[in-house]
Amino acid sequence: MDRMRRRFLNAGGSMSVLALSSFLGLFESRQGWAADWNKAGFESKAMSEAVKALGAGNPVESRDIVIAAPDIAENGAVVPVAVTSKIANTQQISIISEKNPRPLLATFDVSSGSEGYISTRIKMGETSNVWAVVKADGKFYSAKKEVKVTVGGCG
Amino acid sequence: MAEPMRIRATLQGDVADVRILMRHPMETGLRKDAKGDTVPQHFIQNVAVTHNGKTVLDAQWSQAISRDPFLGLRIKGAKVGDKLSVTWVDTKGDKRTDEAAVAAAS
Repeated sequence: MDRMRRRFLNAGGSMSVLALSSFLGLFESRQGWAADWNKAGFESKAMSEAVKALGAGNPVESRDIVIAAPDIAENGAVVPVAVTSKIANTQQISIISEKNPRPLLATFDVSSGSEGYISTRIKMGETSNVWAVVKADGKFYSAKKEVKVTVGGCG
Repeated sequence: MAEPMRIRATLQGDVADVRILMRHPMETGLRKDAKGDTVPQHFIQNVAVTHNGKTVLDAQWSQAISRDPFLGLRIKGAKVGDKLSVTWVDTKGDKRTDEAAVAAAS
């Protein structure tokens, strides 16, 4: 980014102050510091697209991934989900709610020093399978659990 | 402006059980306010957790993480007094960093 900026500064007179500030503004806005934000994945409208955006072609279903989530969630706005991966060298855990308008909910890079365990609370629009997609040693695995939602939590 | 996080880390054997509670509206961009106007999207996109300065978790989130997000993780090879730091950045570029130390199991 610094080199880009230098080039702009060198361009001197050709750059109006207005253009420069809007250029810098770009970096400050939506994407901000979030260079590591899987835009394609998070904006996918179908689970298959989201899985593809994770780079996971065809994840293998694995019994070594355990999803702890309620069978029935009364309030779709707050659904506790915990994922434990017992697969050796777990590098990444992603959570997908199949029928959400944007199925990919979160990706956690857990490679160094943290166990293959993550716990959070998610919003679910309706009854759906919740998937955990785990990357370990460069390979992808998955597991699913159905959560029945009484009142959706996307609106 | 963002309110502080609550971070609790207790040692179980040599694993630190870390629980983080953040304060954030996590607006989906779909919700309407009392006047019927759509509330613009505003959510935490990235969360990083470090253990004695070393990154142990790097998370990317969508708007579908619940309001006032909870995050639980377990850090291997931890000791009482180890320093933890948690940083989040949201879609408006706001950030917040809070620190905590690993405590003995009570």
